[in-house]
Amino acid sequence: MRIVTAWQAVDQQPLRFLATAWPWRSLAFLLTGALLGAGLVGVVAVVTSGLVLGGPWVAAGTAVVLVVSVGLAGRPLAVLERARLRLVDTAPLPAPPRPAGRWWSAARWRAPLTRREIGFALLAATALAALDAGVLGFSLVLPVLLFVSPVDDPTAWPLVALGVLLLAATPRTVTAWAGARATLTRTVLGPRGTELGPDLSDVSTRRLLGAFATERARIERDLHDGAQQRLVALGVTLGLARLDAVDGSACAARLDTARDELGLALTELRDLVRGLDPATLADNGLAVAVADRARRCPVPVEVDLHLPAELPPAVAGTAYFVLTEALTNIARHSGATTASIGGGRHADQLVLEVRDDGRGGADPAGGTGLSGLAERVALAGGRLRLSSPMGGPTLLRVELPCG
Amino acid sequence: MRVTVAEDSVLVRDGIVGVLTRFSHTVVGAVGDAPALLAAVRADRPDLVLTDVRMPAGPESGLRAAVELRRADPGLPVLVLSQVVAPVAAEELLDTGDGAGVGYLLKDRVADVAGFVAAVERVGTGGTVLDPEVVARLVRRRRDPVARLSPREREVLDLMAQDRSNAEVAAELVLSDAAVNKHVRSVFTKLDLPADVSGHRRVLAVLAWLRSAG
Repeated sequence: MRIVTAWQAVDQQPLRFLATAWPWRSLAFLLTGALLGAGLVGVVAVVTSGLVLGGPWVAAGTAVVLVVSVGLAGRPLAVLERARLRLVDTAPLPAPPRPAGRWWSAARWRAPLTRREIGFALLAATALAALDAGVLGFSLVLPVLLFVSPVDDPTAWPLVALGVLLLAATPRTVTAWAGARATLTRTVLGPRGTELGPDLSDVSTRRLLGAFATERARIERDLHDGAQQRLVALGVTLGLARLDAVDGSACAARLDTARDELGLALTELRDLVRGLDPATLADNGLAVAVADRARRCPVPVEVDLHLPAELPPAVAGTAYFVLTEALTNIARHSGATTASIGGGRHADQLVLEVRDDGRGGADPAGGTGLSGLAERVALAGGRLRLSSPMGGPTLLRVELPCG
Repeated sequence: MRVTVAEDSVLVRDGIVGVLTRFSHTVVGAVGDAPALLAAVRADRPDLVLTDVRMPAGPESGLRAAVELRRADPGLPVLVLSQVVAPVAAEELLDTGDGAGVGYLLKDRVADVAGFVAAVERVGTGGTVLDPEVVARLVRRRRDPVARLSPREREVLDLMAQDRSNAEVAAELVLSDAAVNKHVRSVFTKLDLPADVSGHRRVLAVLAWLRSAG
């Protein structure tokens, strides 16, 4: 196996590694890290003295400058850190794709990557730099101090032995910390999730959703063209037979019963099909379909949705599924007297909130369809949150990506 | 009446033809898709068109054909059968030719043979027939003003929206004619409806009120 990181070197060749460049590279890595921190400590010292010595205006000014410079330092520091990483990790760390927009645009500052870079800059320049310096002090400066201690106090010679032991451990100590720090850098500053581009899981999820939709449409069509038509035709036949039966006869009574049963079967089938492929959703969009569904709910539901005209069909389908399930749960389990559906688009997310004033205590583990809901939302790459204390009220909040 | 029937399921089509024939109407054409329906209507000039919403060549091709026929000839009675309750589709039909002589029923209603034939005849004479399910949804949509009605008045409103006469409402709810008259007047007053309309125009007034944005 080819060795690409300092950690692998220590781990796989504990003795031979001492003769390689890895300990020196780790040392350089920690030295540059500590220097970076020292530079920042200098800046902070200047600013602090400004705060202490200047009046309130100077203080406010320097504070603003400090905050702004940390914000602006995020990206250059990240670039620097990615470069430094090559000292102890030869596998290149690709910079994630920049969020669109100029450096002063809101989208740029709201992007997760920008936030990670600023956070890491703060961390690297303070805690991590201090740790770098600490490790260097312990493994290099402390042994030297121990070596020179007998100069002043000849009885302190045992300390020299301790220093020798410490110095022997130094390459490993330095390399181990450098490796840990490198892993942290890679985790925070490397591309992740969607920044990797449409990664595998995304593609398969979308294909899965697409397959679901296709399959649902197929089942719905088969039911419509097959079972439903047959049952309707059977109903007509029963109806005609009923005309031939003598009113009040046992046969007429049985035919009436059969017709009622058939009516129930057709209604159930219709509801099932509507759940599979709500016709109104495809024809009139999510808002109309949801309003329509809400009107069928035995509990009065206020609907207040502000949706963009064009929602991707997969998102609309998931949203519809979530809302209908939620309404079903409210009708069945909540004992609510009123409910409300609200939501809209925020940035690249569709946010939906369903509230009811029922008895609460909804539990995803209780098997009330909530776990199925959560799965469906997760499949669409979204998030589902629930607040349902005993005694209510219940709030279900769903966020779906619809970039 | 001379009726043209359009329905893609042969089983159901035969059933409907059987029912209409049984009640001495004449089926002049029985077709299975929208283009054939348009051609049949042009050729046979029926007194009434009965069509399924969903036929081959488009999920709503039957409804589209029905709307097209009504726009070309607002006096042609059209009854549409649907497997699903879609108030939007029903309202689209109501918007053609002032909503006189249109019907929108769930397909299951055909099984209630007598009721179905009554609906066909009502549409054929310029009446308006909406499936009770659709009416119920329209009523639910106007929940706030409807909430001012007593439960009995709600029932009366439901039946008026289904184009029942006062006598029919009285029979259905087992009330005296006088009681029904009182309820109807009360509904009209509470909902600010013009009280002087009667017959087919009454249902249209009620439906127009139900459909107007609350």
